[in-house]
Amino acid sequence: MPPRSLRQAGNPILCHGQCVTKTDAQARAEDVARAAYGKLIAMLASKTGDIIAAEDAIADAFVAALKTWPERGIPDKPEAWLLTVAKNRRIDQARRDARLVITDEANDMADAQAIEPEDAELDERLKLLFVCAHPAIDEGIRTPLMLQTVLGLEAEQIAKAFLVKPATMAQRLVRAKKKIKTAGIPFTVPEPDAYPERMVAVLEAVYGAYSVDWLEGDGDISHEAFFLSNVLAELAPEDAETLGLTALIGFIEARRDARLSNGVLVPVPEQDVELWDNQLIERSVSVLTQASLRRAPKSIPGRFQLEAAIQAVHAARSVTGKTDWRALSQLYSGLMQTYPSIGGAVSRAAVVAEDAGPAEGLKMLDVIEFDGLDTHQPFHAVRAHCLAELGRAAEAAEAYAKAVSLCTDHPSKLWLMKKIEVLRKKMS
Amino acid sequence: MRYTFLLYSDPAMAANMTEEDWAKSKEIYGQYIGALQEAGVFIDTDWLHPADTATTITLASGEKRVQDGPFAETKETLGGFFAIEVENLDEAMQWAEKCPHVHYGKLEIRSSAMGSV
Repeated sequence: MPPRSLRQAGNPILCHGQCVTKTDAQARAEDVARAAYGKLIAMLASKTGDIIAAEDAIADAFVAALKTWPERGIPDKPEAWLLTVAKNRRIDQARRDARLVITDEANDMADAQAIEPEDAELDERLKLLFVCAHPAIDEGIRTPLMLQTVLGLEAEQIAKAFLVKPATMAQRLVRAKKKIKTAGIPFTVPEPDAYPERMVAVLEAVYGAYSVDWLEGDGDISHEAFFLSNVLAELAPEDAETLGLTALIGFIEARRDARLSNGVLVPVPEQDVELWDNQLIERSVSVLTQASLRRAPKSIPGRFQLEAAIQAVHAARSVTGKTDWRALSQLYSGLMQTYPSIGGAVSRAAVVAEDAGPAEGLKMLDVIEFDGLDTHQPFHAVRAHCLAELGRAAEAAEAYAKAVSLCTDHPSKLWLMKKIEVLRKKMS
Repeated sequence: MRYTFLLYSDPAMAANMTEEDWAKSKEIYGQYIGALQEAGVFIDTDWLHPADTATTITLASGEKRVQDGPFAETKETLGGFFAIEVENLDEAMQWAEKCPHVHYGKLEIRSSAMGSV
């Protein structure tokens, strides 16, 4: 696969003279690759279930495109061109491969070309997303699998983001792809009644991808996940939670340029609103509104809609100039009812500390009952903040130190250390 | 695609079953088999005597070795199987969920490798 990134595809680098054609063809190939990769994989693999063979065929088709397009021009239907080349390549492969019966393979190819009418409306990528987030696939490999098969990311890139050795990641991805084929996981969109249950796994995997390198790293994966969330909203515009996730990621993405200052984390309420992407915020507000319209009347919003609503409250500061802590407190309380989590519980306490005072926040922290609380970094950071506000400096310093020791990312660590520094100055 | 359901459970559970329990169990499994047959997916099934009655035999080391008892001593042992013919894993999983066994034991779904190598 040619290496691609969203920014690159969106803004092709301009060259001079003859170079333009080649770069243009390359950028176009990459654009098509980005938009169609998962679709091509799904079309090639849906009959046989063989993702590995489909990947090989598409990789060859891209090589051919990069060679042919600059010379003969970009075809009218670049996607169809790539598919035809990939299919031919698969037939060649089948002829060479004695284990496969050629006639069967040729039939599969014909089937793939003549897309059934009822499927024409439904994007093939959606099928692939459901395959990647299938309940029979290990939860931990769903996001990496999605990144590779739907977006064509290299195993090496994915490994880096998930902090595992490239060989280990490659091995796990191959295992998952082999399982899809041998276990007979179908390339279909589940029946409507299974849809809500199955879609959540897809959304979680996409959100997981977004969180991977949003704060730290080159941000390639979070860009891809942002792109994917928009694809999902296009594919499933009737699903409230899908729109909820798209809005949620949109709100967070809008704050990308404000999240760090000289490599140090800047908490959302302290961020410079001038650095926020207002256009994206507005769009996310509109997507979230769409979500609420898709929901059954009087029904409780799902996890992603609630989380998006929380981000919408933060985003409103760019207009009102202040954070509505009371609204946040209510939304977190709702979130804890529908989707209780350790992170949600700690964030809720942090919000209560701002709304009702540090003593109340501390009380909230004291009643949290989750396993692993003692090793949960944000718990100690919020506790330290409450203690510092209450003037219990020594205890606060101790809690901050504990938070630093548990911190796994650099920007947060620097921010916590800055807090300790401020506390020390106060104490002396 | 042909799938086999391997039914694992703790044999100690069966030890306490009364005659009435067995009759009830037979009836429930009979209904399940009937449903599989009606859907045209049924291939085969069997219900095995406990693993402690097993005889394990191997010639893998070159000479014949016979062992009284199962290949591996585990708490949960293979107690039976179903073989069905359905389109894909989703359909297999739907039938697996309906199998009475899942309420007290574990059901492992494996696809047939016959013809793929």
